[in-house]
Amino acid sequence: MAALEEEFTLSSVVLSAGPEGLLGVEQSDKTDQFLVTDSGRTVILYKVSDQKPLGSWSVKQGQIITCPAVCNFQTGEYVVVHDNKVLRIWNNEDVNLDKVFKATLSAEVYRILSVQGTEPLVLFKEGAVRGLEALLADPQQKIETVISDEEVIKWTKFFVVFRHPVLIFITEKHGNYFAYVQMFNSRILTKYTLLLGQDENSVIKSFTASVDRKFISLMSLSSDGCIYETLIPIRPADPEKNQSLVKSLLLKAVVSGNARNGVALTALDQDHVAVLGSPLAASKECLSVWNIKFQTLQTSKELPQGTSGQLWYYGEHLFMLHGKSLTVIPYKCEVSSLAGALGKLKHSQDPGTHVVSHFVNWETPQGCGLGFQNSEQSRRIKDSEKHIEVEVRKFLALKQTPDFHTVIGDTVTGLLERCKAEPSFYPRNCLMQLIQTHVLSYSLCPDLMEIALKKKDVQLLQLCLQQFPDIPESVTCACLKIFLSIGDDSLQETDVNMESVFDYSINSVHDEKMEEQTEILQNGFNPEEDKCNNCDQELNKKPQDETKESTSCPVVQKRAALLNAILHSAYSETFLLPHLKDIPAQHITLFLKYLYFLYLKCSENATMTLPGIHPPTLNQIMDWICLLLDANFTVVVMMPEAKRLLINLYKLVKSQISVYSELNKIEVSFRELQKLNQEKNNRGLYSIEVLELF
Amino acid sequence: MGEFKVHRVRFFNYVPSGIRCVAYNNQSNRLAVSRTDGTVEIYNLSANYFQEKFFPGHESRATEALCWAEGQRLFSAGLNGEIMEYDLQALNIKYAMDAFGGPIWSMAASPSGSQLLVGCEDGSVKLFQITPDKIQFERNFDRQKSSAVHKMIVDRQYMGVSKRKCIVWGVAFLSDGTIISVDSAGKVQFWDSATGTLVKSHLIANADVQSIAVADQEDSFVVGTAEGTVFHFQLVPVTSNSSEKQWVRTKPFQHHTHDVRTVAHSPTALISGGTDTHLVFRPLMEKVEVKNYDAALRKITFPHRCLISCSKKRQLLLFQFAHHLELWRLGSTVATGKNGDTLPLSKNADHLLHLKTKGPENIICSCISPCGSWIAYSTVSRFFLYRLNYEHDNISLKRVSKMPAFLRSALQILFSEDSTKLFVASNQGALHIVQLSGGSFKHLHAFQPQSGTVEAMCLLAVSPDGNWLAASGTSAGVHVYNVKQLKLHCTVPAYNFPVTAMAIAPNTNNLVIAHSDQQVFEYSIPDKQYTDWSRTVQKQGFHHLWLQRDTPITHISFHPKRPMHILLHDAYMFCIIDKSLPLPNDKTLLYNPFPPTNESDVIRRRTAHAFKISKIYKPLLFMDLLDERTLVAVERPLDDIIAQLPPPIKKKKFGT
Repeated sequence: MAALEEEFTLSSVVLSAGPEGLLGVEQSDKTDQFLVTDSGRTVILYKVSDQKPLGSWSVKQGQIITCPAVCNFQTGEYVVVHDNKVLRIWNNEDVNLDKVFKATLSAEVYRILSVQGTEPLVLFKEGAVRGLEALLADPQQKIETVISDEEVIKWTKFFVVFRHPVLIFITEKHGNYFAYVQMFNSRILTKYTLLLGQDENSVIKSFTASVDRKFISLMSLSSDGCIYETLIPIRPADPEKNQSLVKSLLLKAVVSGNARNGVALTALDQDHVAVLGSPLAASKECLSVWNIKFQTLQTSKELPQGTSGQLWYYGEHLFMLHGKSLTVIPYKCEVSSLAGALGKLKHSQDPGTHVVSHFVNWETPQGCGLGFQNSEQSRRIKDSEKHIEVEVRKFLALKQTPDFHTVIGDTVTGLLERCKAEPSFYPRNCLMQLIQTHVLSYSLCPDLMEIALKKKDVQLLQLCLQQFPDIPESVTCACLKIFLSIGDDSLQETDVNMESVFDYSINSVHDEKMEEQTEILQNGFNPEEDKCNNCDQELNKKPQDETKESTSCPVVQKRAALLNAILHSAYSETFLLPHLKDIPAQHITLFLKYLYFLYLKCSENATMTLPGIHPPTLNQIMDWICLLLDANFTVVVMMPEAKRLLINLYKLVKSQISVYSELNKIEVSFRELQKLNQEKNNRGLYSIEVLELF
Repeated sequence: MGEFKVHRVRFFNYVPSGIRCVAYNNQSNRLAVSRTDGTVEIYNLSANYFQEKFFPGHESRATEALCWAEGQRLFSAGLNGEIMEYDLQALNIKYAMDAFGGPIWSMAASPSGSQLLVGCEDGSVKLFQITPDKIQFERNFDRQKSSAVHKMIVDRQYMGVSKRKCIVWGVAFLSDGTIISVDSAGKVQFWDSATGTLVKSHLIANADVQSIAVADQEDSFVVGTAEGTVFHFQLVPVTSNSSEKQWVRTKPFQHHTHDVRTVAHSPTALISGGTDTHLVFRPLMEKVEVKNYDAALRKITFPHRCLISCSKKRQLLLFQFAHHLELWRLGSTVATGKNGDTLPLSKNADHLLHLKTKGPENIICSCISPCGSWIAYSTVSRFFLYRLNYEHDNISLKRVSKMPAFLRSALQILFSEDSTKLFVASNQGALHIVQLSGGSFKHLHAFQPQSGTVEAMCLLAVSPDGNWLAASGTSAGVHVYNVKQLKLHCTVPAYNFPVTAMAIAPNTNNLVIAHSDQQVFEYSIPDKQYTDWSRTVQKQGFHHLWLQRDTPITHISFHPKRPMHILLHDAYMFCIIDKSLPLPNDKTLLYNPFPPTNESDVIRRRTAHAFKISKIYKPLLFMDLLDERTLVAVERPLDDIIAQLPPPIKKKKFGT
């Protein structure tokens, strides 16, 4: 849990902070010491734990420091730029800045950037970047122009990612923002256009960035008071191309949009950001720490004397100008957890800080109690699902990574683990997207279907049945059970893929007309065929019923689509049969009725196929009829309501047998014909022909 | 290019014998194949699967087992109870030794190759020591005496209604102690030899599984079933990167219509053969490094030698069968027509003669003289020469008796163009020249093989003027002899691939040689060097489609009036090479089945190239020029062969 500790003021000397505040606060090579550059002529080295300055250096009257002093971690020297072009380098022993090393550069410096472990970089106002060493070797070297006219650098940050220095800077031109990522070692510069989204009028007020393996996460605080996040790949796919980046909303309305004073944003760690600004237009300025993972306010501190809208964060200290003096607030953060974020984890609250209640910005009713807690929790989970979905979509858009398959697999496994741990967490859209990448299989993520079965998510199950090549028979059968048992009303709400189903109901009118032709198009099966003995007579008494039964689909369309997915799935008979025995008898009859209906539909046309884009084939239908009967014959035969169906099926089989025996007979005679034909084609054993070779 | 009347002959009622055994030799990359009539053939897989040697069959010698041992020595055993070793140089049987156990059903060589084990009808298993020049009986494992360590009872429940005994058709013993058995119940079963227990069983067929062969690495094996299916089994890890492995049935192949009697497993291919007479090579794609033409499936049905000879003068065809010869006279027509027409016959073809051999031995080779008055053929032990007399429509046959002792067995027989000389390649490596005059003959000369070599000559070619005789063995180069001076004239440099056909052109005396890698060379005998055209061809290279054909050229002939033409054919095409035209490069169309339409002469001249190919006649066993405007083509349609095979196991097509 993040917490702000008691603040303390550093400055015994009053800093000559202008209206823009300080130029900068930078780390020095000793952990506790920081370089503070004011906006005038002075650089002060503070020791924070002692709350006192260790040294102070000023440039001559008339000169002005234009770039905050930084420490060159490799040499322990300090570097500053005054009057835009004059570089000064000194160390602790030097007293007078006038007498220290001086280099006049050929272009104006925007900032010197220095982090531990690499040499400082000099970023020029025109966007060019130089290593300090290289620059000092030839200070008058020509500096190229990278950014266009009227484009102004707004913000910059320097990272070391896997020992590679990476520099990012943001420029602005006529309200458009651009991000430049410079891989310093490979000298690849990539330009991105930051798309502001719907609210074109918003102005970005503050930037911060954190970095992980592949992305720079650029967070921006907009004038509408929201924090947005933009992911910038470190290794660009195509550095030549000008790419656009979309920002996504991270936190809503953390500060008032039309605050008079400046606002500032700083990333504290992966999950936390510190925001400086006034939460409501009228209220006083606050420093607040937000957990972006759970979108909760962790702590906040009122700063009644006002700030300059600047915020620096190093190590465990937040630096800001409170009133006229430089204030340091130590910040601590324990590992954040959901329980902690929700306040279930007991922690001692500092008496000095108090949570400001008007930060509660979610739209849940302000009622207390368990219900409130639950809805809050479910909302959080929803938010996190949405967040994951956005991330997945981003990743899928990138796609061309060589380890795409493994990453997808890992993602699914991770998501499913969380699903299992948190029953209410179910990132459905995300899973759907991942399944549709065609790289998943059942064996890769067996939990996926298990969870979908538990959730009775028929849509996801259908998708799995369509996409996975290796679903075991037991799972296929479990799906079948759900598909047969799920209520019609709950089916209505689902969004099932209807590709395999043809709208039989529309066709039924047409069918009536067709009915008269069935005797010609019977394809071996005539439901009216009167060769069955006694049992048939009973049937013939109600021929109308039968017609009705055979022409109207016994299941609703959505269920038909689901059952078709089962029909299409691969199986091996031996493994499927035992599981089929577990299905309740009335469901078996329903499925049989549906299959019988499909068969009748099949036999309506000469090619024995069903209409539709991807309909079940006749073989699949027949195989499943056989399977179901094999598995459940004793049960079905005892059911009075299944009697007619069985009789129909019996006739169907009988007619099939007669068709096949006829076909076998035809095959023999056909072969004879073929033989005769061949002999004719052979033109005998001997002939004299004319051949011309060209 | 030329218009021909083609006598399209389909009455050559040749049916190859079914394949009984195959044995693959890894050292030489050769495959030995034995057929049900006792013939043994050797295929050189490195030389484009050419059938380079064969040993004629024998009625009483049904080969049941074939194996390589001691490096490259080939042994066979059969129902006559004898073990035989084949001399792969002289192409005869080195010796036959009775195992005294009744018919032999199986034979295996020890892993070291120094011992042979045969399984006999009386139930005994006999061990033979292989000595450098023979085999020697070592011991007898009698059924009664040997104590069975385990008795593995093969389950036969699947046979259901029939009470037939289940027959184990084959076993394989792996070095890890696993025994694999294939049986008549359609099962492949894995046994643990230490405990005698069944480890795993695969039911793969409704009929017998008749053969099994294991790869040398023991990571893969192949079985063949009576339904014509070949299954590949592989030892694969249970899960990826686990060390535990299991046998998995990986691929089924259906390249046969009948029983697969035998299978072999080369490092890169599955080899199968059976009753349907096809020898099938199915390359394992994962083992083939270069995806070239070697990666393609190969089906060998017809022998790679000529079974037909032709008398141009009398328009006769002599067909050679295993135990008889047939002589046919071609018909005639007076009509003319345009390309593709079938002309009305004024006289049909006549079957003149059916000549049965005496004795159980198969015919090795046969020939009819160009004048049509001599027929010669040979078996392993006897040489026959017949004189034919034509009186009107009657034909009389008179055997020339008293053949000299040295003319016992011939590998190849050839008559000179004027039918006055007979050339015989004996299996001792000698070439005999016999003078024929009237009804008698006189032995003129014998070219003895160079000292130290015993290589048999399999192919002969004589120049039309009778001056030159070319003879080729299986590996060494082609020797050219001067028939007038009776001495060796020159030897064409040896080439890596065996000769499949050769002929000497009239007038120029250029020797045209076709090799199994589809290269064709032209060598000038008088100049003792390759001709300029041949050098040009070698420099430019043949068209890639030409080199990718998978049957060898089996016959070469020449047009008497067009010296620039070479006529040659393989089983699937007939080609006239016109040396005056430019050679095709890989970009030009090698074979254009459609006659040029109304293209201008310029285009035609520009696109014309030296290879004029016709694929109308196939499978083409023989094609020759009878006269300037007449060709004879002997086809043997596969359907006709299948019609003469026993019916395959019936499979229901509808409603199982």
